[in-house]
Formats: sequence, structure tokens, C-alpha cells
Amino acid sequence: MSVEFGHFALILALCVACVQGSLPMVGAARGNAAWMALADHAALAQFLLVAIAFGCLMHAYVVSDFSVLNVAANSHSAKPMLYKVAGTWGNHEGSMLLWVLILVIFGGAVAAFGRNLPPGLRARALAVQAWIAVGFYLFILLTSNPFQRLDPPPVDGRGLNPLLQDPGLAFHPPFLYLGYVGFSMAFSFAVAALIEGRVDASWARWVRPWTLAAWTFLTCGIALGSWWAYYELGWGGWWFWDPVENASLLPWLSGTALLHSAIVVEKRDALKGWTVFLAIVTFSLSLLGTFLVRSGVLTSVHAFAVDPERGVFILALLVIVIGGSLALFAWRGPQLPAGGLFRPVSREGALLLNNLLLSTAAAAVLLGTLYPLLLEATTGAKVSVGPPFFNAVFLPIMAPLVVAMAVGPLLPWKRGDLGAALGRLWLAGIAAIAAVALGWLAYDGRSVTGLLGLGLAAWLFAGTLIELFRRIMPTGGLADAGAAKGVLRRAAGLPRAAWGMTLAHAGLAVAIAGMTASAVWKEERIQVMRPSDEVRIAGYTVALSAVEQVPGPNYDALRGLFAVGRPGQPPFTTLAAEKRFYSVENQDTTEAAIRSTVWGDLYAVIGEPQADGRYVTRLYFEPLVPWIWSGVGLMVLGGLVSLSDRRHRVGAPARQRASAAVASGAAAE
Amino acid sequence: MTDAAVRGGLVRRLPYLLPLALFIALAGYFWIGLGKDPHAVPSPLIDKPVSEFILAPLEGRDRGFTSADLIGQVSLVNVFGSWCVACRIEHPFLVTLKREGVVPVFGIDWREKDRQAGPRWLAEHGDPYTLVGDDPESRAAIAFGVTGAPETFVVDARGIIRYKHVGPVTADVWEDTLGPIVRRLQAEK
Repeated sequence: MSVEFGHFALILALCVACVQGSLPMVGAARGNAAWMALADHAALAQFLLVAIAFGCLMHAYVVSDFSVLNVAANSHSAKPMLYKVAGTWGNHEGSMLLWVLILVIFGGAVAAFGRNLPPGLRARALAVQAWIAVGFYLFILLTSNPFQRLDPPPVDGRGLNPLLQDPGLAFHPPFLYLGYVGFSMAFSFAVAALIEGRVDASWARWVRPWTLAAWTFLTCGIALGSWWAYYELGWGGWWFWDPVENASLLPWLSGTALLHSAIVVEKRDALKGWTVFLAIVTFSLSLLGTFLVRSGVLTSVHAFAVDPERGVFILALLVIVIGGSLALFAWRGPQLPAGGLFRPVSREGALLLNNLLLSTAAAAVLLGTLYPLLLEATTGAKVSVGPPFFNAVFLPIMAPLVVAMAVGPLLPWKRGDLGAALGRLWLAGIAAIAAVALGWLAYDGRSVTGLLGLGLAAWLFAGTLIELFRRIMPTGGLADAGAAKGVLRRAAGLPRAAWGMTLAHAGLAVAIAGMTASAVWKEERIQVMRPSDEVRIAGYTVALSAVEQVPGPNYDALRGLFAVGRPGQPPFTTLAAEKRFYSVENQDTTEAAIRSTVWGDLYAVIGEPQADGRYVTRLYFEPLVPWIWSGVGLMVLGGLVSLSDRRHRVGAPARQRASAAVASGAAAE
Repeated sequence: MTDAAVRGGLVRRLPYLLPLALFIALAGYFWIGLGKDPHAVPSPLIDKPVSEFILAPLEGRDRGFTSADLIGQVSLVNVFGSWCVACRIEHPFLVTLKREGVVPVFGIDWREKDRQAGPRWLAEHGDPYTLVGDDPESRAAIAFGVTGAPETFVVDARGIIRYKHVGPVTADVWEDTLGPIVRRLQAEK
């Protein structure tokens, strides 16, 4: 398959997208069913064409066709196959192609499985999707063409950045993009609803699964990236408040808010304008994340100067998409009918509080991320906003959120009783106090933040379980066998969405415990060691037993073997940390050796050899880090379980279809 | 419509207008900032004299390249490596520059793992350089603040770095940026 074929398919996809963006929109306005139906066929055609284009590029990577500039610049014949494939999206041009591929997959899914959507809404949403696609096709074809040839072709390629040659990072971008692009569905539905002038329960029911899917993918993507940073960069940390990380956290925060506010729209027909606004903001932040990471703008404005063509295009695209949708919101938003009323203390009130706190957190992170950029753009001064700022503003916003998370699900809709809800949480209060006490005993440093974090985690975990038990426990207690059976029956009968919430909230609690402990009570030893030297850390003795040279598939490694034991006892395990040199790319990477236990990770890094035959080594003990990954795993599992809920599933039951048909009849007029 | 109704409408509309207003302010700020100085100083070493360095000759040649060679004429210093794919793109143009004798180009053969690789590469693709130094340990590269290859520096007759270009030097780059700078500096002398 030649890349020219892929190039041609992409141009064709652009033409199809132009049709999909215009005719169905007109059709929806005039009630022309045939023009509206065109959107479905066009969406499927786009999917096919972009899949061909992506396949061609991937093929060029797999067979190492170095006559393609993109392949020559980012791949190498001596690279393992996994990274040849992953190399397709391990660069700017290829990643943009992956972005549109995912966009058209989502569009194709709406076309293929969205039969029970009101035709007007479906046609308009697909048309909005098509315009987003047009922007990206133009960007790729005009400024970032991955299909460009190189003449004469080099004998071999330049290779992929060795840091990126890692399974964690090979799959990090696709998941991140599945999240970013997934939010485009919520955006398209929001814009379509603004054009249509109606936001109702059935609209929210349609937006929720897409948002949930995007949120699940994004959570997974962020965790993969964080996990990669943890073991690959060799700094012993998992989050650095780096602009690139913040760029992915921003849509996650607003997406989490959107996930919750859409529930209020569906159940109570309230917060409509706000939900539409959040959908716009979330996708805008996703776009920002996509571009700012790739273009390098976030680290320096100079990326624009180095490549003004791309920079101006990106800026223009952002202005059109974000500015356009916000203008539409300003114009049509006030015409949305007001929804149901509720008291501040109610399920709606709790979800609104969740939204306010999450939005404030997102705004604070956005400010901290953009401020250096704004300052540099206008005055040329370079400042960096580091972890102290983010910790100082982010944690105080998150703490009340976690407190409220345990209470909210216990409040009824419309009007609740805060005292009663808190009364049910007495056990969670005890759990929180117990966790603080345990933290006090287990860790030496008396950190207030640390103890508070553990307490909050225990509060949320216990509160989440209490909510679950209240749903499945009989009121009379577990007196007889029949009651126990009733518990099981009720547990099985709970909606999957309820299980999803329980899992996700409990997962967050577990992750918070891990984040807190590893951030506050991390132990660190940096020293120069010669073989047989011994260091004590966190109750372990770690001895550098040997250093050896080992060849890898496309690198040479210096491997340090660390014997780990308890003081006065023979070592029970060996850690092998590597420093790898990739000759093609002329670059080193660090492969930390990590021994995980429930209570923490022992983390060893071998550094440069010194002139006298000694080695710089770094040893860390990271308390509860595995809790972060398992907590996030629970959250992702919660998302998946909730997605599998019958009520969310694409192809909803007939009763809903009937109401949707009524709605569509009204929309088509 | 009464005044109260107009005010009521405005109050109702305001929250919906606010995000747009904020966004326009933000976008405008960026636009002005970027338009003001798109070619801001890309390296702190610009307008500073080149730090002293001495580079060994390539295998099989008798002269290397030192910072003293840069004094007395306007010159280009080009960072390349046989491992660098993008360097192939600019190479034919550099050879043209040498043939036309517009400006001397000095080469820094950066981070070769194999000492044979640089000379072999030049033998294959042509040698556009007045002098070439072998820089396996990034000595000169650090003196110039090199972040990757290819990079090209314009150095004036007093040995002061006047401009840094990141990426391949093509005919377009020469016409638009490097050429005018070199001609201006040559006229200064």
C-alpha cells in the first residue's frame, strides 16, 4: 500500500466531511429526511477513508519505508515491532491522524448505532462533528502532512525517542485521545441542542454514555502516562504538575463535572444551560490539550516562532471552535427553558457543589498553566509556576469535594436533610479518625496534610460503602437466612450505574490514600556506591551487588543489581535497575527497578559511572504507590461497569425510543 | 418593553455572555502577544562571543576546527551528524553555498559514536565545510547551546553569535532569513 493512496483517501475524507457538515444541517432545518440521512452515510464513509489513510501510514511504519519523511524521522529498522507500530502515532503528524481516526470512529458509531436518536439531533450532531473533522483534515493536509516523501531516501531512520519506546507510553496517546475526542461527542450534541433550542432528559440520556466513555478512557490514559513517568523517568514521582500533565488533567476535571451535571439534567431537568456550557468547555480544554502538548506551545511561545504556519493555524482553529460555540451559547443559551427547582441541600445541590468545586479546580490549574505563557507572550519574562502553587490551590479545593462526595449520594432529590445524612455517616467519621491515628503511628513525619489526606480517603471509602449497604441491607437487620438472600437479590438487582458509582468513588478514595502517603512520606537516598556498599532505607538494607553490561534489542544497557534484605538477615530479593543507551538516537534512558508491596514501592535507579569505578545510585521508598494504580483501576472499572448499564446502552429500550420519536417529531416540526 | 424587562433580559443573558467575553479577552491577549515579537531571542547565547573550544580533526584529516577560526570573517557554523536524518535535507544546499563561495561554512560533527562515520558520510554526500571538527563529547555543541541537529549559527567577524537557526537550512530559509543576515553582517565589515 503506498502512502499516496492514504494521502488521497484523506483528501477524499475532507470532501465527504464538507458535505456532511452542510447538507444534513440544512436538511434538519427544513425537515428534509433524505438530507438528514445523508449524515449517516457520510460518517461511515469518513470512517472508511480515514481508516485507509491511517492503515497506509501504519503500513509504511511496519515495513520501514524510509522514503516517507515521517517514517525516516521517527522510526528505525532495528526497532521492535511494537514500537514500529506505536511509532505511527509517536510523532506530531501521525498523532493528528490518530486524532481524526478516533473522531471518525465516534462519528461512525453514532451513525451505525444511533438509530433511536431523534433524526434532527443526530443529523445536526454529525454535522458539527464533520466541521471539527474538516478543521483537522485541513490542519493535517496543509501543515502536518504525514505522507510526505523524502528523496533520496536514507538508508535507515532516525529512530523513535527512546523514552517513548515503552509499553506504557505506546498506549498512552491512544487512550488519551479516546478521551479527548470522546468529549467531542458531548460537544457536538451540545451545539446541536443549542441550534435546535432544546435540552431535555432524552438529550442528557444520549450525552451521558459518550461522556462516560470519554471519561473512562481519559482516566486510563492519564494513569498510563503517570505510571510511565513514575517508572521511566527515574525521578521517583508520578505527577509533576508539568504543563503537559495539566493539559490532560483539565478536560478530566471539567469532564468529571459534566458527567455529574448531565445526571441532573436527565433526572431532574435542571442545570441545562450549565451542562451545555460544560460540554463546550470540556471539549475546548481537550483541544487545548491536544495542541498545546503537540505544538510545544506550553513550554515556550517560541514554538510559534519556530513554526508560525502551524501555530497560527492552531490558534485560528481554537478561536473558531471555542469562540464560535461560546457565541452560539451566548445567543441561544438564554432561550433554553428553565428547569426544575431544588433546595440547596439535596442531591442536585450536592452535584452542583461538585460542579462548582471541580470547575474552580480546573480554572486554578488552567490559570497556573497559562499564566507563564501569557506573561511571556506579552512581556517576554519567563516564569515558572511549579508544584507549590498547584498544591496550595488544588488541595484546598479538593478536600471539601471529597468530604461532600460521601454525603451527596445519601441525599434525596429535590430536598434533603443534611443532619440525617451525616447521622448515617457516623461510621465513616470513625473510619476517618482511625485512619488518622494509623497514619500517626505508621509514619514518622507528622504532616498535617498527610494525616488529613488519609482521613479524607477513609471517610470517602467508608461513606461510599455505607451508601451501598443502605441500598442492599434489609431494614430489619440480618436476622434470618431469608434476609441474607434478600441482600444478595438486592445487590444483583442494583443498576450497574449504581455499582459503577460505588466502584469509582471507592477507587478515588484508595487513590487519594496512595497519592497522599507517597507525596508526604516518601524516603529518598542519593549516594555514590561501589559494588558491595550497603544503604538502609525504610527498614530495608539495599546493597549494590554487581554492575554488568548487557545488550538489548536496539540498545546497550548498564545493569546494576541491588540485593535487598532486612538488617541482619540474608537478602531475599534482587532489584535490577538499568541505564540504557540507544545508539541510533544517541540517547540514554533510565529503567528503574521497582519492588512493589501493599505498603509501598522500593525503587532503585543506577546512574553514571564515576572515574573511580563507583556509581551514582538513587533509592526511594514510595509508600502506598500501588494504591494509586489500583485506585485508578477501580475508577476505570467503575466507568466500564456503569457503561454496561442497560439504560446507557446504545439501542435503549423501546419505551425510550417511543419518547425519542415524539421528541424528534417535535424537533422536525 | 419596559425598562425593567430590558434590564431583566440583560441580567438573564449576562451569565451566558460572560464565557464568550472572557474567551475573546484571552484570545486577543495571545494574538497581540504573539504578533508583537514572533521572533523573540531563541537562545540566551545570541550576541555573546563564542566560548573557546578546540575540536580534533575528523579521522584522516589534519586540521580540526577551533573558535579562533571564526575570527576575521562572517561565517556559518553548522551542527550535523551522520545519524541525523534531517541533515540530509539541508546538505545539498550547503554544498551549493560552498560552490558559490558566498560564506564559509564550518562544521561540527556532533556525537558520532563511530569515528569513521563522519568522514564516510561526507565522502558520500559531499563536503560543504571549510573546516570540520569532531565533537563526540559535545564540547563545541555546549559552547553554542545546541539542542539538536541540524542547527546553524551565524557568527560575525568578531566571533560573536548573531543568529541561531533550528532545523534544516533550505533555499527558502536562506532567502528569507539567513541570507539577509549574512549579507548585512558582511556589509558591516
